[in-house]
Amino acid sequence: MATTLSPVAVDQIGGRGPTLAPPPRDGGWGGGRPDDPRNRLRRYRIGMLFALAAVVMLFVSFTSAYIVRQGMGTWSDASARYVTDWQPISLPPILWINTVILLLSSFTLAMAQRTLSRKLRTAPRGGTSPAAEPALIATDQRSIPWLGITLVLGAGFLVGQLLAWEQLRHLGIFVSTNPSSSFFYVLTGTHGIHLLGGVLALAYAGLTSLLRKPLATRFLVVDVTALYWHFMDFLWIYIFALLHFAR
Amino acid sequence: MSEQHAHAAPTGFIRKYVFSLDHKVIGMQYYFLALVAVFVGMFLSLFIRIHLLWPEANLPWFGHIKPEQYLTLLTMHGTIMIFFVLTTAPQSGFGNYFLPIQIGAPDMAFPTLNMLSFWTTFVAFVVMLAAFFVEGGAPLAGWTNYVPLSAIPSAGPGLGLGEDLWIVSIALFCVASLMGALNFITTTLDLRARGMSLFRMPLTCWAWFVTAMLALLAFGVLLAGGILLLLDRNLGTSFFVPGGLNVSGNLSFPPGGLNPGGHPITHIGGSPLLWQHLFWFFGHPEVYIAILPGMGVASQLLSTFSRKPIFGYKAMVYAILAIGILGFLVWGHHMFTSGMSPYSAFAFSVMTMAIGVPSAIKTFNWLGTLWGGRIRFATPMLFAIGFVSLFVSGGLSGPFLAQPILDISLHDTYFVVGHFHLIMGVAAIFGIFAGTYYWFPKMFGRMMNETLGKIHFFITLAGTYAVFMPMHYLGMAGHLRRYSQLTELNYLRPLMGLQEFMSYAAFITIAAQFVFVFNLFWSMKKGKKAEINPWEATTLEWTVPSPPPHDNFGGVTPVVNHGPYEYSVPGASKDYIMQTDPATVTAH
Repeated sequence: MATTLSPVAVDQIGGRGPTLAPPPRDGGWGGGRPDDPRNRLRRYRIGMLFALAAVVMLFVSFTSAYIVRQGMGTWSDASARYVTDWQPISLPPILWINTVILLLSSFTLAMAQRTLSRKLRTAPRGGTSPAAEPALIATDQRSIPWLGITLVLGAGFLVGQLLAWEQLRHLGIFVSTNPSSSFFYVLTGTHGIHLLGGVLALAYAGLTSLLRKPLATRFLVVDVTALYWHFMDFLWIYIFALLHFAR
Repeated sequence: MSEQHAHAAPTGFIRKYVFSLDHKVIGMQYYFLALVAVFVGMFLSLFIRIHLLWPEANLPWFGHIKPEQYLTLLTMHGTIMIFFVLTTAPQSGFGNYFLPIQIGAPDMAFPTLNMLSFWTTFVAFVVMLAAFFVEGGAPLAGWTNYVPLSAIPSAGPGLGLGEDLWIVSIALFCVASLMGALNFITTTLDLRARGMSLFRMPLTCWAWFVTAMLALLAFGVLLAGGILLLLDRNLGTSFFVPGGLNVSGNLSFPPGGLNPGGHPITHIGGSPLLWQHLFWFFGHPEVYIAILPGMGVASQLLSTFSRKPIFGYKAMVYAILAIGILGFLVWGHHMFTSGMSPYSAFAFSVMTMAIGVPSAIKTFNWLGTLWGGRIRFATPMLFAIGFVSLFVSGGLSGPFLAQPILDISLHDTYFVVGHFHLIMGVAAIFGIFAGTYYWFPKMFGRMMNETLGKIHFFITLAGTYAVFMPMHYLGMAGHLRRYSQLTELNYLRPLMGLQEFMSYAAFITIAAQFVFVFNLFWSMKKGKKAEINPWEATTLEWTVPSPPPHDNFGGVTPVVNHGPYEYSVPGASKDYIMQTDPATVTAH
């Protein structure tokens, strides 16, 4: 048994953060192997982190606009003074359910990641080559389809958000009704579009599994998607807190 | 994600030249997109200068210019020049082509993303040009797109569909720039060859890297503003539009839509200043996005053609970083007249003047590099020196405008127009020219014609100074910008002679640009064959054939042993040491 296992596989390809072997630091990847799975993983992680920095700036801008707009006064002829036109909306309760769904999806995605990294650890030495793939099919069929569950939960969250919009519409609260409702639709809508991107990435990750792409590629797709997904999860909590506490 | 990074060289025309993944092809695509854009922008400025002299003249395409059409010319000139030329050519064009080669990488970190980034920019440009052809024409709210003018379709021609197209185009441009920026950053951090430590990178790479950081943090803010503005215009929200505006006789204005309840939309309570804050939080870093790559090119060339190491390499790096960081803290100096608190104005003023420190460090280091050098006055060098000259003369008016007390009287005058054209417009363009003449041999395997290059340089240098220097005087004399018809105003009449002089200078300068274009295309076919390293420079792009092969280094990974500016090293056999030369070459 021990002869077919490769305890260093995870170190080579990278599990979660700490298991990534340190790259040569005198330059970039140094060895001239940009296609080395280890190097690719690091590169995609760096790229994703900076992409998230841009997303942060987008939402920081919305937040600052939110705070400024909330504090704006508008001249009222009737009372001859500046009054605020900001009327807080009551958030649809379904948002709490959506939040739980999204948190669950982060958990299931973490499980998918864990399964995959365990598979990497127990894979035969040639586990990352297409030739060794048949051995993996059996494990694929046995394990719980965490990725699929995550995808369903993510889609469920999006449907839940649309239901929240629908509820507000029934109450006569539209995007132009009040600045508070405008910001509600902008923040949830922009987050939703970003999450939709995450759902598509999950679908792609599932596709890499169905297409029997090399294990290292599948790991990379899931790993980078997970970075994005957990961040979207965190971002939603932030937005929800903003909408809830800074009404 | 599954694409191979060191992808094989494509053979079909489409994959090779259109939807190419090769950073060199993408860099050229950006460059030629910017070349088309710069000619569109230049013709708009030609129309501007003609109209100022002969307001009754019939211009091609536009016919007789009405005041609002004049604003359209200004808006589109500014937008196209700033986004599709100054942001596109120096960073996305040259950066794409030379960043991977200079750090010893076979390509950018994410080739597919790179291709997407270019084509998104291309679509953005097409959408921007489409604004000319829709009903009402192109928008007139200025490149800064100030609200409420930009938010209210009935406020003028071009503010309907044309304005929507403008916002969509800029939003696409933001997305494209973000994709490009994260690609540049990842490439710089992760794809450097062995031995290419951060402090061995050429200053061009540092400039592209810091510019990418600025773009990454700035464009998201403009995107946010654009989204909110689109909603204000089309869905009746009131982020930016205040209530009680009287536009074209209507107190409230249905912007082509009604509330779902059937009521006309009434805006209330929005803040036009909010747009200005969001816009300038992007807009000021954008100035540095345009100029930093030029600084990198100037540093590179001054060292190479002076045959001396760059003076104070690390100081140059820290100065770029300082300019990048300070650039995010000064947006308020564009809004001194907005009624902001004097305390805020003071803070913005101090931060703005602080930028003078790293800028001066750079300037003195450039002069220190030139000092005592054996200078070779080739055309690229001339443009690099021209860059320094313009940077100084355009930059010196910065500290004037940085003071609220002066800015309040100079705001919206020609003084500002002169300032930003010299430092951001023409200086950055000189950076592009310098880069073109310098890297042309590498990109096309032939030399550009030196005589034509020098003719182009001297006319352009004298011409741009003749156009933009007098603007400072005009501004101090109280000449406001954006005025369409100068002949009707008594107090401007004494200044008309100067306007005439500037227009004629502009005509000559514009004519000289055709010398450049001729030289560019003629040299591609007929230029003298270039050697691998015609300028005897040290950086990695001069170790590979011209033009470089598909994966840049022919499957070999370069190993870097030297800093980027080892010229005239005592005891060395020649007066320059390539970065890839064996480590034993140095005498010390």
